[in-house]
Amino acid sequence: MKTPAKKSRRPSNGQPPEIDGDARWNLRLYVAGQTPRSLTAFKNLKEICEEYLKGQYHIEVIDLMENPTLARGDQILAIPTLVRKLPQPIRKIIGDLSNTERVLVGLDIQPRSN
Amino acid sequence: MTTNSRRPRSKPAALQKERTGIPGFDEITKGGVPKGRPTLICGSAGAGKTLFAMEFLVRGATIYNAPGVFMSFEESSEELATNVASLGFDLNQLIEDKKLVLDYVFIERSEIEETGEYDLEGLFLRLGHAIDSIGAKRVVLDTLEALFSALPNEAIIRAELRRLFRWLKEKGVTALITCERGEGRLTRYGLEEYVADCVILLDNRVQNQISTRRMRIVKYRGTSHGTNEYPFLIDEKGFSVLPITSLGLSHKAPTEHVSTGIVRLDNMLDGKGLYRGSSILVSGTAGTGKSTIGSHFINAACTRGERALFFAFEESQDQIIRNMRSIGIDLEKHLRKGLLKFHNARPSSWGLEVHLAMIHKTISDFSPLVVVIDPITNFLAVGDRTETKAMLTRLIDFLKSREITAMFTSLTSGGNDLEDSEVDVSSLMDTWLLVKNIETNGERNRGLYILKARGIAHSNQVREFLLTDNGIQLVDAYIGSEGVLMGSARSSQVAREKAADADRKFAMERKQRELQRKQELYEAQLIALKGQYETERDAILRELEQEKERQQEAAEQRLAIARLRRADNGEVQLEDNGARKSRKGAVAR
Repeated sequence: MKTPAKKSRRPSNGQPPEIDGDARWNLRLYVAGQTPRSLTAFKNLKEICEEYLKGQYHIEVIDLMENPTLARGDQILAIPTLVRKLPQPIRKIIGDLSNTERVLVGLDIQPRSN
Repeated sequence: MTTNSRRPRSKPAALQKERTGIPGFDEITKGGVPKGRPTLICGSAGAGKTLFAMEFLVRGATIYNAPGVFMSFEESSEELATNVASLGFDLNQLIEDKKLVLDYVFIERSEIEETGEYDLEGLFLRLGHAIDSIGAKRVVLDTLEALFSALPNEAIIRAELRRLFRWLKEKGVTALITCERGEGRLTRYGLEEYVADCVILLDNRVQNQISTRRMRIVKYRGTSHGTNEYPFLIDEKGFSVLPITSLGLSHKAPTEHVSTGIVRLDNMLDGKGLYRGSSILVSGTAGTGKSTIGSHFINAACTRGERALFFAFEESQDQIIRNMRSIGIDLEKHLRKGLLKFHNARPSSWGLEVHLAMIHKTISDFSPLVVVIDPITNFLAVGDRTETKAMLTRLIDFLKSREITAMFTSLTSGGNDLEDSEVDVSSLMDTWLLVKNIETNGERNRGLYILKARGIAHSNQVREFLLTDNGIQLVDAYIGSEGVLMGSARSSQVAREKAADADRKFAMERKQRELQRKQELYEAQLIALKGQYETERDAILRELEQEKERQQEAAEQRLAIARLRRADNGEVQLEDNGARKSRKGAVAR
């Protein structure tokens, strides 16, 4: 389930100030086989990205069933795990991303609501 | 690739065990940890869990050709490699040889946001990959409970751990899972619920400011095992558990004898010395020469070419060698030849268990035939009487099981009855020598006697014990009409006796001479009497002879007269009457 990198034109609305013009959101989604949970996670991620990061994100899906060695690099235990490689610092969001608000908080798209 | 060891079997098979290769542990578990199953190692911080687990893998890789995976949740691979390098384990070499995989799982709680359902498939995949990459048979998860603090959803973790243990079993790997000890329970998060086959508890207890490491098998389903607490050591060679408590009274009794190194003492022991494999207690007050007896014993063993171990808890090695040289015992040459080894330690350095463990380990490494422990009373500084006795019982059992002849010295304090041994161990001993200072006439002398010697017809006498330039000399104490005397009293008494003896001898000689003289006198008298008799006899005989001659002369004369008178009588008649007539004639004349 390789997903082509999503690139779209830059939206005109206001973006978080730490992202400069050329930077984009580099996201990595770790899954293990095409389980319903993995599919849900991917679907949720895409929806969130389309809504909040349109045109600025890049999603890489890594199937650990195929490449188990890659689990070491990002210290993956839970499946699914979303890793925000860019912007720094690295953030990890585990679960099927069904709680949109927490995903936004986890990705620092939305400030933590106290 | 591992095989599935849980395929159904037609008949029930005994639980298979996997040897850990950790000295002592396999003995108390009767073969190791359950093969193909997870085992829980719990203990508080610093109890040695990680080291135990690591040694399990290293021994597996080096001895049993069983590659292993170490999944660490606490220490990085580099830290682990450095930590165990001091124990002589070269993890990097093992990793290069594909016998070990170190996987450091690092979870930063602050980086993680939880958004919905998840599982720990990533962990499974990582572990599975690590296992498959080297065909691992052994797995260590250290410390799995780190998951609980790293991930927020405890329910998910519990479900996943349950799945993990099942999965490990299916994989057929023998796994060790380390856990922190919790308050009032074995593990902080109750992992013992999931791993129910074998639970091992490591403990590090501090008593009287001395820490002792102990191990206990809390549970081992489907097999018998030692249930006691066993002390264990972590030293430069790694982990060693001491199964000393598991011995009984089933040791053999050799009939061979060994010399004590003191000829007279051997003589007191039926002329043969001690039984090999027996234990000897030498007790006495301070300065009575207990250590010297021990050194003699060691010296004799080394001279026979046997290996000997000297456990000294009071003196340093150099001190003992110097002191023994002053009485003519050269221990240094045995040391150079490698026959003798010293083990010097202050009793307060460690707890009793650790002492026992050290002694056990030193003996196992050196395998001596003779051991001297000088003195056992010092252990009372670190433990009470009961503990010390229990420890010594185990030590004696251990020594007997290896047929090691052991001499223990025991210091008796002046006030106590000498026969009341301080540590109550006399009943454990086969032979008991007592050395005591006997104070009389303003001097102290050493007396030695054998209080008991099982199976040996021993002397019941007190010997005086002298330390000379040639070692220990035993001298007969003076026992006679004046009582038992020792020291200068003995020598003066001996001198007195000698003088009296000489007197008596002289008197006897005089009597003898007198007798001789009497005999000579009587013999002389006898000769004189005989002479007198002979003289008298001769005189009488001469008189008789003369008389006879005279009569004959007279007869002839009468005859001559008759002839002159022309007597006509017959000659016979003449002769008959002649005498009468001659008498008449004589009268007439």
